[in-house]
Amino acid sequence: MDFDFLKETVLLLLSGVPLLLQLSFFSIAAGALFAVLLALMRLSGNPVLDYAARSYVFVFRGTPLLVQIFLIYYGLGQFPEIRQSFLWPFLREPYWCALLALTLNTAAYSSEIIRGGILSVPFGQIEAARACGMSRGLIFRRIIVRQGLIVALPAYGNEIILMTRSTALASTITLMEVTGIASKLISETFRAVEVFICAGAIYLILNFAISRAIALLERRLSPQFHTPALAAAVPERA
Amino acid sequence: MMGSGSNNQPAVSARNLRKRFGALEVLKGISLDAHEGDVISILGASGSGKSTLLRCINLLEIPDDGEVVVAGEAIALRTGRRGRREPVDRAQVDRIRMQVAMVFQTFNLWSHMTVIENVIEAPVHVQKRPRAEAMREAEALLDKVGIAEKRDAYPAHLSGGQQQRAAIARALAMHPRVMLFDEPTSALDPELVGEVLRVMRTLAVEGRTMLVVTHEMGFAREVSNRVIFLNQGVIEEEGKPAELFAAPKSERLRQFLSSHLQV
Amino acid sequence: MADYVELMGFGPKGWGLLMAQAALMTIAVSATAFALGSALGALVAWARVEGNRPLRIAADAYVTVLRGIPDLLVIYLLYFGGSQALTALAHLVGAKGFVGVNAFAAGAIAVGIISGAYQSEVFRGAFAAIARGELEAARSVGMSRPLLFRRIIVPQALRFAIPGLGNVWQLALKESALISVVGLTEILRQAQVGAGSTRQPFEFFITAAALYLVLSTISGLGFQRAEALGMRGVRRS
Repeated sequence: MDFDFLKETVLLLLSGVPLLLQLSFFSIAAGALFAVLLALMRLSGNPVLDYAARSYVFVFRGTPLLVQIFLIYYGLGQFPEIRQSFLWPFLREPYWCALLALTLNTAAYSSEIIRGGILSVPFGQIEAARACGMSRGLIFRRIIVRQGLIVALPAYGNEIILMTRSTALASTITLMEVTGIASKLISETFRAVEVFICAGAIYLILNFAISRAIALLERRLSPQFHTPALAAAVPERA
Repeated sequence: MMGSGSNNQPAVSARNLRKRFGALEVLKGISLDAHEGDVISILGASGSGKSTLLRCINLLEIPDDGEVVVAGEAIALRTGRRGRREPVDRAQVDRIRMQVAMVFQTFNLWSHMTVIENVIEAPVHVQKRPRAEAMREAEALLDKVGIAEKRDAYPAHLSGGQQQRAAIARALAMHPRVMLFDEPTSALDPELVGEVLRVMRTLAVEGRTMLVVTHEMGFAREVSNRVIFLNQGVIEEEGKPAELFAAPKSERLRQFLSSHLQV
Repeated sequence: MADYVELMGFGPKGWGLLMAQAALMTIAVSATAFALGSALGALVAWARVEGNRPLRIAADAYVTVLRGIPDLLVIYLLYFGGSQALTALAHLVGAKGFVGVNAFAAGAIAVGIISGAYQSEVFRGAFAAIARGELEAARSVGMSRPLLFRRIIVPQALRFAIPGLGNVWQLALKESALISVVGLTEILRQAQVGAGSTRQPFEFFITAAALYLVLSTISGLGFQRAEALGMRGVRRS
């Protein structure tokens, strides 16, 4: 066990963690907002909105994330309209392309989780709220969000872990987050196993921290009942 | 808005309500008036339209035809896109619902709030009353229905009877002009029915205006001042409980009573 | 539009044939990985349910690790790590230069190991879903453990596992795209080659996306059919 090498490797890999965290955090946050919109579109009762949201989810869940990244990074630059638009300074940077792809991807999966949470609220409780004269906005804020959140949290926590894992794909478009640095080290030092162990450990520790945080949040939000592990029903993705 | 309280104007009035679900016409032109202090029991077999009638009054169901008038104010309806009936003004519906409180068969307490939070929810967030005042009143109401010690418990930790009494306290907290009860005891174990009926009896004695869909014949006979018998979407018979129970005029009512009354 | 048809068609300048072959490669590598994953997954599920403590801990660790680390890292490990090991071995016997591990093998094994982790979860859930009463009934008529396993547990577990397996299969299909980074000529790699050659990345990647959607939809229908067949005679509670 070459501890010096391991130590050096870990330090080098850790320098990629800030980028990893940036990519995860911003894509999850932006993706969540978009996901709420998609979920509301599907629940709106308007067939056009429903169909549009369903198609979006179908496409983004049915194609690999890597294809989505390549499409945005390599594909969009093909069009002169895009190259001349105000978006170009962003869309030619791998960082923004990766962020965009990750956001669009997580939005598709998250919207289904959020939709499930909203639908899980027992209809009787919504009726009781209507019968008291609560407006739709009030009902959504006071009843649906609170209860839907508790149901959706385990599945959403899983999604956050999956997203953190997916940021590794950004390394294919030159971004030097942890996996990018790891692949460079592997080809430079020819010591794939050690680098793999160090990089893997970093991801696992991150995941552990995230699951602990989610479990804490779950406990804080639901003093009134035990939530069963719904994570088993979550759709995974590559 | 809140009427002048003239005794001539009914608290709630339904005129010629019609409602169909798909091909099935559930309400075929029902009219009824409830004056202040009336306690009206609505009886009928399943499928006769009793719950639908009640739910049309606070617009949880929208009637296809006919009118609902609460405290002199008619709820404005129109036929919207795709031929669906809808309220003209959502805010009016919300306002009227503040005066019409409903108690459900399945209690429908909000499971993420404690009992007392359930009771103050509508007064504070819909009626915009100060929280301290709503709290004081809520405690008094919970005491009145007999579950004061459960104020900080969650609904899941209460028995069915306790939950329903909490739901009644929640309804009372809104200071309603009319209370609608949709089979309030049908989902309860037999030994818990009594405690809920006792509370309802107290309310009736106080002079509350109540419309009660129920199978509890004892309550219908002894507490209500009017009984309506619904059959297949129309009012088959209507009148004072003593008359209806002792001398039913229609054959179907006679059959209904004989199958529901214990000897 | 006509340009696109010519580009992707099966004519002399068209890339259609190559893309179709790449699609077959995708199916092949995904199926291999999935089969590997099934064998692994069944073993690990058994270890988690019936194994002794060290076995259970090892199995749990396997599932946690492989679901937590990026799939790309596993592919790198197996391909580059494998190649480095092979190269070192070859140098021992006097060969020179770089010896690469077969990309198909490395990719299939990598995706297979990851898939195994997910499949073990599916099998575990399916096993837990078998009604206790049916097992008791089998035991009470004197079925031995191996017989019980063969006649009651396996068929029932397979039936319940179908929806979850359908999901994991679609996962494997999408993960196969990652094997493109080590050079295997499956859909995404072929699209990259075409994009580089014709400077039309958008058309190629859109086609790739469409191909994945088609494969995924057909698979979905297939699994739905299998589920319907499997659920014959079962009243859903």
